[in-house]
Amino acid sequence: MMKKTVGLGVAASVVLAGGLAVAELREGYVYFEPSSEEHPLDEIISGREFRDDATRALQEDDFENPGFLSLEEGEELWSTVDGSENKSCESCHGDVAEGMAGVGSTYPKLMAQGGKTTLTNIENQINTCRTERMGAEAYKYDKPQLTGLTVLIKNVDRGEPVNVSTEGDYESWFKKGEELYYTRVGQLDMSCAHCHEEHYGEYIRADHLSQGQTNGFPTYRFKWQGMGSLHRRFSGCMKNIRGVPYAKGSDEFLALELYTAWRGQGLPVETPSVRN
Amino acid sequence: MSSPLWTYRMALGAAVAALTVATALAGTVGPGDVEIVDDSAIPASLTGVAGDPVAGKDVFTGRKLGNCLACHQVSSLMDEQQFHGEVAPPLDGVADRYSEGELRLQVVNSKVINEDTLMPAFYRVEGLNRVNEKFEGKTILTAQQVEDVVAYLQTLKE
Repeated sequence: MMKKTVGLGVAASVVLAGGLAVAELREGYVYFEPSSEEHPLDEIISGREFRDDATRALQEDDFENPGFLSLEEGEELWSTVDGSENKSCESCHGDVAEGMAGVGSTYPKLMAQGGKTTLTNIENQINTCRTERMGAEAYKYDKPQLTGLTVLIKNVDRGEPVNVSTEGDYESWFKKGEELYYTRVGQLDMSCAHCHEEHYGEYIRADHLSQGQTNGFPTYRFKWQGMGSLHRRFSGCMKNIRGVPYAKGSDEFLALELYTAWRGQGLPVETPSVRN
Repeated sequence: MSSPLWTYRMALGAAVAALTVATALAGTVGPGDVEIVDDSAIPASLTGVAGDPVAGKDVFTGRKLGNCLACHQVSSLMDEQQFHGEVAPPLDGVADRYSEGELRLQVVNSKVINEDTLMPAFYRVEGLNRVNEKFEGKTILTAQQVEDVVAYLQTLKE
């Protein structure tokens, strides 16, 4: 199976439409060039490449991919009026494919929220819209409605390269995320980097360690028998190392979301992906 | 409910319980008091009770205990345990390469030797960050489990 060896023989080289990353096909797996010289990795690989053929085939089949049930739920909600203002998402944003183009690949973003500018992901932005524009109640994190709408919005950008901002006002969030990425946590005293930077491509028992890329979230995960957000996955990782996870939607996880998205800058959005 | 007699009995009970624990742990070195020599070995047993290699093998393979096969491989365990990890060195012949005291330090806190290692310290409670409350203040393995694992590792000769 795939190891982090470089130069196994280049079968094909493709420049993506976005022009951000160069994709390379080696032994049937797609590798991307890092987005910048400062990138800690010398190859960028989607979590998809670490999964077996059947899992990848399931992801690619829009009729069989279970994530599309969640997307359909989101589609229904998109045009459903809710809250005191008698609005749906569609009332302001119109057709999702047009209104949300360029959103899924560029979040998390700095947005106004409750009178201040803060880093916001798609889930939090949906809830801001609901509470501030629709007069509706916020959805709880990882409830099917919130996940469905997030999947719907991210899927509009499926195939587009991840392209988050990290400079200017984003820098402090980026640095915070970077610090969290390299901070040891829990009784097992490990950081994200120990598995996903230093040992990706190797096995921890039967688990094939990926780079921890985020371009497929929310994802359908066999282990969950259902959909889950990126923050659910962060939380699970922190519990695995016997740590106390940060809250879903918290500033810490948002900072980590921005930083990990940057680590996969240029990877195509795959939402809804299928993972183990 | 809390009559003086009842309170007295509680206090007595607690005292007896504390005494029992203290007796059982007499001779056991706490995680903060382990003596590391030259940053390279812990020559003295943590308990004074000889390690049991058979019990140590169970601690070594137990997923909720040492879970050592998550990262390491051991050829002699291939038949009975599937899926050995590959993020850390194979342990075949590890007893030929390291002394008992060196093996003990590796298990207790291998960060003394390599501060960047991903290997957890199995007998340490200080200096950890955001530990889940279920594990707060606890070592991953007990002192005797460490001794048992060290005894098992000493059987891995080539």
